[in-house]
Amino acid sequence: MENLKAIVEALIFASETPLTLEKLTAVLEEVEKKTIRACLEELVAEYDGETKGFYLAEVAGGYHFRTRNEWSGWVQRLKKGKPATLSAVMLEALAITAYRQPVLKAEIDSIRGVDSGGTIRKLLEKKLIRIVGRKDVPGHPILYGTTQRFLDVFNLKDLSELPTLRELKELQE
Amino acid sequence: MDYEIRLDQFQGPLDLLLFLIRKNKIDIYDIPIAHIAGQYWEYMEIIQALDLDKAGEYLVLAATLLHLKSRMLLPVPKDEEQGGEEEDPRAELVRHLLEHQVLKNVVSVLESRSLLERDVFKRGFHDEGEKTFPEGQLAEMGVFDLIEALAKVITESRGTKQLEIDLEKISLADRINEIMEILAENKTVGFYDLFGDTPITKKQIVYTFLSILELTRLRMIRVFQDLSSGVIQIFLVEAGKHQAEYGAA
Repeated sequence: MENLKAIVEALIFASETPLTLEKLTAVLEEVEKKTIRACLEELVAEYDGETKGFYLAEVAGGYHFRTRNEWSGWVQRLKKGKPATLSAVMLEALAITAYRQPVLKAEIDSIRGVDSGGTIRKLLEKKLIRIVGRKDVPGHPILYGTTQRFLDVFNLKDLSELPTLRELKELQE
Repeated sequence: MDYEIRLDQFQGPLDLLLFLIRKNKIDIYDIPIAHIAGQYWEYMEIIQALDLDKAGEYLVLAATLLHLKSRMLLPVPKDEEQGGEEEDPRAELVRHLLEHQVLKNVVSVLESRSLLERDVFKRGFHDEGEKTFPEGQLAEMGVFDLIEALAKVITESRGTKQLEIDLEKISLADRINEIMEILAENKTVGFYDLFGDTPITKKQIVYTFLSILELTRLRMIRVFQDLSSGVIQIFLVEAGKHQAEYGAA
């Protein structure tokens, strides 16, 4: 198809959330998946430059335009708000959930060494974690896992982009 | 104030213990329990003096350390010794500490990523000045957002103390009808407007909130929140039309 790259570019630009390859293939049904993927790769490369204001990020299983790190201070000035931050406590609980999911509150408590009830509630409110089910043991405790929004916020393509626990342990030694 | 900062340096008891181990340059697999327990206790006392609530969190580990100390002091009974492979009483603590150390690394990995709304941004900024509600700038709300809004209504109503004697019969159906009438007229209404400016009883708050939940469940209304101002707006879903309009949602 002619101008396919431009069309893909337009679709991503118009999308509020990361646009997945599946969604793109559904919209551009006449085109083969691998052609679209090639277009995406070209676009990612095209936007990757230090003189650009934004880049094409691969996040949460899709593609999305994001401003470059370098200009964060200026964008914050525009937004006037204080930058979104997560407390160290929340990051800890989130980290455990990300690596151990599906995870029980009891496990989070045990690794952190303190009660995490309030923290878990805050993470649920922020939609960074979600209830994924209940464990089939007496009491049927709730199991938690991370959300798409978690990938979105941490600029992750998918969970496998995080270093494995083994890699982290080697780093330590 | 100085001390508060020192206290916040530790995210919990395991953190403090790791800090002490590092400070004393101790091998994590061979912790001199008596020595560390003593130091831990000193910190405990400072923490206790500053923030009793927080001190509670540290107490369990302090007890564990003392328990370990006593076990290390006691001679191992002969018959058990012959069993050979008796586990070091400290093993479980060490496992815990190592796990915690890995967690610290994971946290720093997460922290170092380009965070949305901190390091990178997506499109969608709009000036605070605008107070209109075009579709694009509204986010559909989850239950937690609604509960948060309800908490606000309740706290604000608390100022007016009143004695409830009238036995005004209000039913959920009545309140639903009232809300639908308002919506039929205006198509949209603000969440907080439904709770009115006049003093409102707890009962009214409960019924209004239940009505909103029920109407949402029945897909007769839709609740949206303006992303920048946080204003919650309720929209009427027109019969038959919502399929087309919100089909994707």
